[in-house]
Amino acid sequence: MKLKYLSAPYIVWMALFVVAPVIIVVVYAFTSAAGEFTFDNFAKMGGYVSVFSRSFLLAIISTAICIIIGYPVAYILSKERARQQRILIMLIMLPMWMNFLLRTYAWMSILENTGLLNRLLTLLGLPAVNIINTPTAIVIGMVYNFLPFMILPIYSVIVKIDRSLIEAAQDLGANAVTVFRRVIFPLSLPGVFSGITMVFVPAVSTFVISQLLGGGANMLLGDLIEMQFLGAAYNPHLGSAIALVMMVIVMICMWLMNKFGAGGEEAVML
Amino acid sequence: MRRRPRVASRIFLALIYLFLYAPIFIMIVFSFNASKSRSVWSGFTLDWYTELFSDSMIISSLTTTIGVSVLAAIVATIAGTFAAIGFFNMRKRWRSPLLAINNIPVMNADIVTGVSLCLLFVSLGSVLKYQLGFGTLLIAHITFNIPYVILSVLPKLRQMDRNLVDAAMDLGCTWFQAFYKVIIPEIMPGIINGMMIAFTMSIDDFVISYFTAGSKVQTLSMAIYAMTRKRVSPKINAVSTLLFLFILLLLIIINVRQIRQEEREKKLRTLKSK
Repeated sequence: MKLKYLSAPYIVWMALFVVAPVIIVVVYAFTSAAGEFTFDNFAKMGGYVSVFSRSFLLAIISTAICIIIGYPVAYILSKERARQQRILIMLIMLPMWMNFLLRTYAWMSILENTGLLNRLLTLLGLPAVNIINTPTAIVIGMVYNFLPFMILPIYSVIVKIDRSLIEAAQDLGANAVTVFRRVIFPLSLPGVFSGITMVFVPAVSTFVISQLLGGGANMLLGDLIEMQFLGAAYNPHLGSAIALVMMVIVMICMWLMNKFGAGGEEAVML
Repeated sequence: MRRRPRVASRIFLALIYLFLYAPIFIMIVFSFNASKSRSVWSGFTLDWYTELFSDSMIISSLTTTIGVSVLAAIVATIAGTFAAIGFFNMRKRWRSPLLAINNIPVMNADIVTGVSLCLLFVSLGSVLKYQLGFGTLLIAHITFNIPYVILSVLPKLRQMDRNLVDAAMDLGCTWFQAFYKVIIPEIMPGIINGMMIAFTMSIDDFVISYFTAGSKVQTLSMAIYAMTRKRVSPKINAVSTLLFLFILLLLIIINVRQIRQEEREKKLRTLKSK
């Protein structure tokens, strides 16, 4: 059948716009501005240890919070009636369609010192809090923006669990806690792993959230890359090296996901 | 096994939805605010909505956004559908690595995709004497849209009865006729779904556009980003509210279509079992 040749144009496209850019990043990462082979760009990253550790720390904290909140949400949703489930899930996805920058900007107006949160607190006679421009604000922004990416894959895995497995466990004398611990939770792990990837990767690479809510004082990896390409510190070689590190992180996440048999594609699509 | 969720879990859910919707609600409310403040309410007005249409910067960035999203969605849908059919008819030995490459833009951090395309365009541009602009923006959007179309069409191909194509060809169809009379109608829901996803991904994108659009064109997201450095005009709240309502409408259409299709399939199944 000739049908397989239908993909030829896209294969050329992928070679040009997916594979070639990755190769260029690798080449830039290992060369100097003069075009010579060097490991200098990676050595320079040593000067940014604080940015790396801050990025990882905030992304890990946000991912953990997303699991703690997102898992129960997914679990509760899976127990609702079918028609309600559909509506509730759509309501989880809907905020993602409001412009990402504006949603983050809205948090600015909630969290700033004279913002809505502090107005509410003073109204209730409570002391005002200082959140804006702190790492806390960045974590709130990350959790807010990426929580749906945790809920959706976990939910899509839980609803597909074979009911008869749960019934079998109950017939064999397992109580609700045991059923959850020994049947539902282990079977939902693939969803948790794709959720972790889908939250951690954008969280560790964001620069918008840190710039809007972190006030520029809490630089993250994304800010560092952005600065090397469009900012004052123009150095695409260093930027490529950091981008390459980020690609490796993504590959590790994908490898972990495949290893634990997560339906990455399905979770992404939902 | 079907126990109703208890009160505690209901309250928990309500709090989560409050968390998800509070900023959006605030956004929409302040698009009707009489003053420019983003936290003090000073009366209702529709001024921002009327002024919106005379602001050439917002209108031009909105035109760019819609133009690039529509074009990218159409091109990506056609290319992605062809590619999916091609991949589906390949041996696994070829299909698996190609699908892995296809997944790169989906899995990679947006900033890495943006930066790598930016480097490609800049290095090609210096050879071809071409600068970043609408063309590069469009190529970038098509590139990150196609994988989503493929991932949405492939499952429909897997569900399709393979004998249908053979039957059509046994009955005298050329492979081209088999393609557009049998395969395309069978996978249409996946194609439509993929196009919708591609369109919404494009309209919402900021990071990849930011690195590939250059300095002459800007999308709505880029305009908003530039503004957040100073002060965001409530006009932006207004335009986003409109966009939000538009996408809400799209999403409702997709869902109603899906529900109808499932009901049709259910009916067919009961008919068959009779």
